[in-house]
Amino acid sequence: MGRVIHLPTSEEEVLSLKVGEVIYVTGLLVTARDAVHARFLVEGVPLPLNLRGLAILHAGPVMVKSGSKWVCRSIGPTTSMRMEYYEYEFIEKTGVKVVIGKGGMGSKTAEACKKFKAVYAVFPGGCGALGAEAVEEVVGVEWLDLGIPEALWILKVNELGPLVVTIDAYGNNLTELVKNSAKARASSIINQLKRST
Amino acid sequence: MASASREVHGRLIEALKSFISIVSTRLPDDVLKALRKAYEAEVGGYARLVYQAVFKNLEIAIAKSVPLCQDTGVLEFFIELGRSFPFSIELLKAIGEAVAEATEEGFLRPNVVDPATERNTGNNLGPRIPWIETTLVSGDHADVYLYMAGGGSSRPGSARVLDPAQGLEGLLEYVVNTVVEYGIHACPPLVVGVGIGPTAEVAASLSKRALLRPVGLRSPIPRMAELEEKLERVLDELGIGPQGLGGKKTVLAVHVEYAGRHPATLAVGVSTSCWALRRGHLRIFPDLTYRVLSHGV
Repeated sequence: MGRVIHLPTSEEEVLSLKVGEVIYVTGLLVTARDAVHARFLVEGVPLPLNLRGLAILHAGPVMVKSGSKWVCRSIGPTTSMRMEYYEYEFIEKTGVKVVIGKGGMGSKTAEACKKFKAVYAVFPGGCGALGAEAVEEVVGVEWLDLGIPEALWILKVNELGPLVVTIDAYGNNLTELVKNSAKARASSIINQLKRST
Repeated sequence: MASASREVHGRLIEALKSFISIVSTRLPDDVLKALRKAYEAEVGGYARLVYQAVFKNLEIAIAKSVPLCQDTGVLEFFIELGRSFPFSIELLKAIGEAVAEATEEGFLRPNVVDPATERNTGNNLGPRIPWIETTLVSGDHADVYLYMAGGGSSRPGSARVLDPAQGLEGLLEYVVNTVVEYGIHACPPLVVGVGIGPTAEVAASLSKRALLRPVGLRSPIPRMAELEEKLERVLDELGIGPQGLGGKKTVLAVHVEYAGRHPATLAVGVSTSCWALRRGHLRIFPDLTYRVLSHGV
């Protein structure tokens, strides 16, 4: 078990997190994927709530309505790299402190994390049932016209994780390291193949 | 509808819905076995942490009967219709309704977006979706294969026509480069399907068929089996590991399916599945009883 980060979190706490640390988050977070980022940043529609100090989760849940309440049946991360186009500006404009997704993010997001003091963490992809276990309450939903996966879901979570910090507020990017090393290995493997034929 | 045909319709919907809910909430036996083997290969780092989360997730999904991954994909059906199976048309007609009901009941996330309107249709039905490919075979039953094509794992998919002079080395380079560039974001360890054929669309289609083969079952053709083994070795050497956090196993398996090619073309297609390879095999008998053979049900 790793450290539990309570949301909203502080700049001080974010600065204490380093790449490779395993954390869990407790408190308020919202889902935001392609359409939420685009509506906010491209169309310029203000977000329905203040995200300062909170977390966003790149995720589109499976939700069913039971009476007047939404129930989360499955929620896990979507591929974060699609949000690379927007994330710098999103972090800058919202003051969000923790970005959660899967597969890692690129150099622009890492730059934003360094400049505006935020972290990016990976929740194991495909673990939607595990994610739903951590959802204590579906507090609300905004922008439902975007469809269930793309809507902005406001969730109260308890110890959502494990999350591996792969970008810290110092500009370190663990995924970039793995990817660069895979690229280097791939080109040496391909050169070997060419020599052997 | 006459009462006899209403009964047929009802029983087909029931079989299909039960099948969809099983595929959404449980991995097929072969995939689970491959994951356990991959876990044993990992010695430390984040790899073991990821697998522990994965196995815990699978337990919760079964216990609570919820989708093991929230991305239940776009549904693709591959059907082998026995020529004496008495309810072919009824079966094809029941699929859409079963998919919409399974969505309503929370076994599927409404994923399908109509490109003409850019709106989510809300029930997983859309133009030509669910995708259905049908083959006529001998026999009196219907074999229904379902593949849930998730977004992240479908993203690396590609096909390209190479020159024959580039040979299997060119093909290998293409597959490796595809996995290096996109695999890390597609929820590794991956199952990689490779198709070879005369044209891009045949190679692409065969690469998806390759994902339908039980994980780890080798091609019966020695040269293709050798290619599968070589690709598995090379892709594991990349060190991407589970969730791209580094590790010994980047792939659970590589499967190659092929067709005769043109003397002037060597087309290659790549389809990838995430570790959560949700596929199923449903057999419906002429008396409308059924079994989900992929899951031992």
